[in-house]
Amino acid sequence: MATYVSASAPAATPHTGHAAAHEHRPLGGPIFTLPFLVALLFVVIAGFILVERYAHGLGAVSNLSDGYPWGIWVAVDIVIGTAFGCAGYVMALLVYILNKGEYHPLVRPAILASLFGYGLAGVAVLVDLGRYWNFYHMVLPWYAQPNSVMLEVGLCVAAYVTVLTIEFTPAVLERFGFSGLRRTLSRVLFIFIALGVLLPTMHQSSLGTMMVIVGHKLSPLWQTQLLPVFFLMTAVLMGFAIVVWEAVLSSLGFRRPMETPLLARLSGLMLATGAVFLVLRVVDLAMRGQLDAVFTAHGGAMFWVETALLAGGLLLLVPPANRRRARALFVSSSMLLAGGIVYRLNVYLIGFTPAVGPWSYFPSLSEILVTVGIFALEVALYLLFVKTLPVMHAVDAQRG
Amino acid sequence: MSVSRRAFLRTAVRGGAGAAAAACTAVAGAPAATALQRPPKPAAPQAVGLLYDSTLCIGCKACVTACKDANGMPPDVSPDQTAWNDAGQWDTPVDLSARTLNVIKVYTHGTMAAKDRETDGFAFVKRQCLHCTDPSCVSVCPVSAMTKDPVSGIVSHDPDACIGCRYCVLSCPFGVPRYDYNDAFGEIKKCQLCKHRLAENTLPACADVCPTGATLFGPTPDLLAEAKRRTALTPGERTHFPRGDIAGTVGGPRDGHEATVHAAYLPHIYGERELGGTQCLAVSAVPFDKLNLPTNVPDNGYPTLSEGIQHTLYAGMVGPAALFAGLAYLAHRTARDHDDD
Repeated sequence: MATYVSASAPAATPHTGHAAAHEHRPLGGPIFTLPFLVALLFVVIAGFILVERYAHGLGAVSNLSDGYPWGIWVAVDIVIGTAFGCAGYVMALLVYILNKGEYHPLVRPAILASLFGYGLAGVAVLVDLGRYWNFYHMVLPWYAQPNSVMLEVGLCVAAYVTVLTIEFTPAVLERFGFSGLRRTLSRVLFIFIALGVLLPTMHQSSLGTMMVIVGHKLSPLWQTQLLPVFFLMTAVLMGFAIVVWEAVLSSLGFRRPMETPLLARLSGLMLATGAVFLVLRVVDLAMRGQLDAVFTAHGGAMFWVETALLAGGLLLLVPPANRRRARALFVSSSMLLAGGIVYRLNVYLIGFTPAVGPWSYFPSLSEILVTVGIFALEVALYLLFVKTLPVMHAVDAQRG
Repeated sequence: MSVSRRAFLRTAVRGGAGAAAAACTAVAGAPAATALQRPPKPAAPQAVGLLYDSTLCIGCKACVTACKDANGMPPDVSPDQTAWNDAGQWDTPVDLSARTLNVIKVYTHGTMAAKDRETDGFAFVKRQCLHCTDPSCVSVCPVSAMTKDPVSGIVSHDPDACIGCRYCVLSCPFGVPRYDYNDAFGEIKKCQLCKHRLAENTLPACADVCPTGATLFGPTPDLLAEAKRRTALTPGERTHFPRGDIAGTVGGPRDGHEATVHAAYLPHIYGERELGGTQCLAVSAVPFDKLNLPTNVPDNGYPTLSEGIQHTLYAGMVGPAALFAGLAYLAHRTARDHDDD
């Protein structure tokens, strides 16, 4: 049956040529493949480490300290992991809000990736919280502290995971043939889609605001009142990048034809977002009188790594022909993703200097393995879902 | 219909870009003070605190021991001390920790020949919570576990509310709140100015036992006046140094002592202005950045900016509500366009 939105949006989408409604189909195939089993192995390893963590405390498995109370479980699993999860955000924005129906084949895989990205960030929160058994205080109004940026982020993320689940429900309902329920949901789905764009706009920017309060402890290369703007922009940029990256990779991995014209236009948007980000970064440094900080301030080397990755990834997209080449798209989206990752890592870890005393932090092997395990769980669940549920755009319904 | 929507979006994008550009200029243009900043918080009406005088401190660490007793804290042994202190025979904290709420540290330089001298000298510093007028730890706590008493201004922590996110540890400009990473049920620990003792009209343990009056308890305005008096003293002058409570009420009046000023006080009173002011103050003859107290900080607390940004964006939830209405409208129109499918 037809999905919620077909690609045949009349005037607003002049590029679309295909009249057929989009169909999604499970990919099928064996579930217990080698990549799936490898992912499961890492999940099991992380599970063993977590037993140790809950039995003996955070210090037993991590290198966290009072100088670096937040390590990779926050910076990577949550701050970077949810940026990976912004694929669903940017695709919903394009397809449902800006009515760019031609991007529709990319929506469901993106929503699914977001669901796992955010859901597993939630898992990471429970791993990282020192007093996890009190976590539900976050949603109890009499504990609420309205000045806390973290409260806003926490509530927003919790709400967003719920919204993503509802946004993905049509796929599950289709799979099990609940077409009546499916139609009812369609009528109110626009509310959840609007929420699905509003909530990431709120919490992704707030993830930036969260570091404003550390003040002088964050290097002047990154400490700015524009942190919320920069975090929102990296969320959008990384959202685009992950969609392109996944599309190229899954067309190779599952031997499906690449959605070339879509990816070409999408990478144009990616280029625009990234260019505005880079220009604004320089303008911000200049306005704050910190241009010389790029040579002198704490974290200068990583500033250059971040900037080089972003600039390189963008430059690759400047020739329009490159936006149709799988290899160029793959390299460019990888570099932009890496640039976004490094930017967020810089803000949360590398550009950070503790208040007092000689502290140092590098994640322990156990800490890294927990992070790997969480991402592996994401991969395993993604593989399982695309094979058993109608997530991917059916190949024969595609044009070209 | 679609055309008009495209026109609408184009206008919206153009308007948004203009607003963003204006906002960027306003925001990044004036690094000192910005429109986004909320006003600083006033001092608590009956703010109390400590005045620490580094020149009077003899480094006896009686305050460290008394603090442990008063707060039921265990001995603190660093990993590098276990060879000679394996059973915790001695309490040897080198810094604040989840086991140590108050610590005396020493600055040393070169030959360490003279006390209270920056070059070839040494100086003590007492580290504990400064009980900020505008505390970052209170501002960041999502579940109201960290609170500031509206009357006394004492910043205290409720482990039963705490979720252990350690945002307070991350945000404190002075590195005060600590978490116990070696406990499966670790708690955040910090000095609460012995509020349980104050409730019984007894002094905070550190001020109670300090033999020289280097740690003096009292109402913050009185302490500030005393700090100003001391920083105006010159070496060689005879003067009176009070002990206990400067106001003479908590714990009863105590004798101070007469002494000759031996070091040249710096004119800087730490905590008078730093980050919106702190209820605990310090005076010293050695610059405070040498004593692990940050001096490169603004006169307004960091919450003025982070809360300012947040409450500007979310004022009355009008912005998010308007954005949601717009998004819902567009999503609904998109859905209606395709209803016939």
